[in-house]
Amino acid sequence: MTAITEATVGRRERGPFIGFAIRLFRDKPLGAAGCVIFLLFLFCGLFADVLAPQTINQISPINRLKAPSLQFPFGTDNLGRDMFSRILYGAQLSVIIGFCAAGLATVISVVLGIVTGYLGGKVDMVAQRFVDAWMSFPDLVILIVVVSVVGPGMWQVIVILGFLYGIAGSRIIRGAVISVRENMYVHAAQSIGATTPRILLRHILPNVMPPVIVLFTTRVGAVILAESGLSFLGLGVPPPAPTWGGMLSGAGRSFMYLAPWLALAPGICLTLVVYGINVFGDALRDLLDPRMRGSGK
Amino acid sequence: MQAYIVRRLLALIPTLFFASVIVFVVVRLIPGDIIDLMLSQNDVSASRMDRQSLEQALGLDQPMHVQYVRWISAILLHGDFGKSLWQSTPVAEHLVARLPITLELGLLAFIVALIVALPIGIYSAVRQDTAGDYIGRSFSILMLAIPNFWLGTIVVVFPAIWWGWSPEVRYVPFTQNPLQNLSQMFLPAIILGTSLSAVTMRLMRTTVLEVLRQDYVRTAWAKGLSERVIVVRHVLKNALIPVVTLIGLQAAILIGGAVIIEQIFVIPGMGLLLLEAVSQRDYPIITGVFLVVGVAVVLINLLVDLSYGLLDPKVRLG
Repeated sequence: MTAITEATVGRRERGPFIGFAIRLFRDKPLGAAGCVIFLLFLFCGLFADVLAPQTINQISPINRLKAPSLQFPFGTDNLGRDMFSRILYGAQLSVIIGFCAAGLATVISVVLGIVTGYLGGKVDMVAQRFVDAWMSFPDLVILIVVVSVVGPGMWQVIVILGFLYGIAGSRIIRGAVISVRENMYVHAAQSIGATTPRILLRHILPNVMPPVIVLFTTRVGAVILAESGLSFLGLGVPPPAPTWGGMLSGAGRSFMYLAPWLALAPGICLTLVVYGINVFGDALRDLLDPRMRGSGK
Repeated sequence: MQAYIVRRLLALIPTLFFASVIVFVVVRLIPGDIIDLMLSQNDVSASRMDRQSLEQALGLDQPMHVQYVRWISAILLHGDFGKSLWQSTPVAEHLVARLPITLELGLLAFIVALIVALPIGIYSAVRQDTAGDYIGRSFSILMLAIPNFWLGTIVVVFPAIWWGWSPEVRYVPFTQNPLQNLSQMFLPAIILGTSLSAVTMRLMRTTVLEVLRQDYVRTAWAKGLSERVIVVRHVLKNALIPVVTLIGLQAAILIGGAVIIEQIFVIPGMGLLLLEAVSQRDYPIITGVFLVVGVAVVLINLLVDLSYGLLDPKVRLG
């Protein structure tokens, strides 16, 4: 008995992360590559201040529209600002918006999903019709309309995106909760008179964590893409903030004919990051949540 | 089948109700200072409109539920979406003029996506785990990650640099010159359809793989039919059904993408109308576009579900 406990404790001490990382790199090479891209993106975002050779808005007219070189790896824009630095600071903005909005969205999804999924009945019926209606509006259209009302800005964008994806994502958590709800241990907890909040927090929540983690990861990608689309339309974080979407639009756009690298760097970074997060999310889903396997293939 | 249709139609009512409430509440969040802004920003109009008449025009001088009932009954009974704030033309006129253009763009994008995705998806499944399959799959994941506004930018910028070619900016209506209209819409439709074709490709591959494992396919092999006959006659028909559902699921995404594509290629559809209205803070138009887009997606989903019932015997009889 003690031997078994020690063995399990011993395995625990190796950490679930290392075991998971080994499985990821062994079974899912593409997902592992996505994970590396994701971590690299996170690193760039967190240490942009240290990594960037120049500050974001250092204007230098002599160096305007310089092609990529050793001094300016990604070239310079029409105001002579170093694109490499701006891309790094853009990563920082994307990390902040991506993690905050995806975090908020996940919390909303979990609360809504657990409550509607566990309680069921009329509350669930009404809530589901509301979610139906909510999901019939294109993301971008809701974003544009709400921004037109509350005004553009980073925190507005985070809150709107959080609600937007939070409500839509509640479906996925609700589905997971419904399948967990009928387990014997939940019925056992009910029969010994555990309160509903206790059941939700101690029995349901831990068992829907795998889809929650997957949801959060994929949402980070979706949020970054949505935010850059919004900034592209000039409705996201206002300039001179170096958003990747914003760099592809606005004043810089007319200079792209003279300096095509302006159109390349932000787009490639955006594609790479979203690609990385997508394949990493797919791999996470396969490894963490066998029930969802194949659903997105 | 009749019971299915009735059930589906009944489910429509609460969804449409909630959709209208969402539109109403979101746009009514307009804080007071935005009205000040509207008054100060547009000097010309401000001289014609003081605060009170502007609030009246927006219907903001009444309690919320009264506003809602007045707003929704005007739309339902008279098709009256109100008037544009700055042009004082009925919003409905703008909507009627712009909606078909976006629908055309969406439909073309969908056709393009199918033409690209179906053969590749089928090939990927039939030749599972070959080099061709891997290329097709990697390509489709990549297509999902490329933002359509970047693709649009690239397509506008690079041909202009290399060949001095740029897409036509002056929009030609379909009724005026169908050929020129189609050639103009072709490129935007391809870009709008990329992510859709990626999704379709992945779905097609999965369903074909599933169908290939069915007993009737094994029987067909045992009868000695050629691969082409099996794929076309037995597999394709059955694998196409889930793709129809995808139309419904993707409708919202397609219309959302159309906003960006219309802006890049200056196509005067619903998306461009919305962006113009947002830049002018023309709330009656914003509300109208918001509502029509949502209802359009709900109705597309209804049609898809109904046709699904016709196509799939399991639904038709069940």
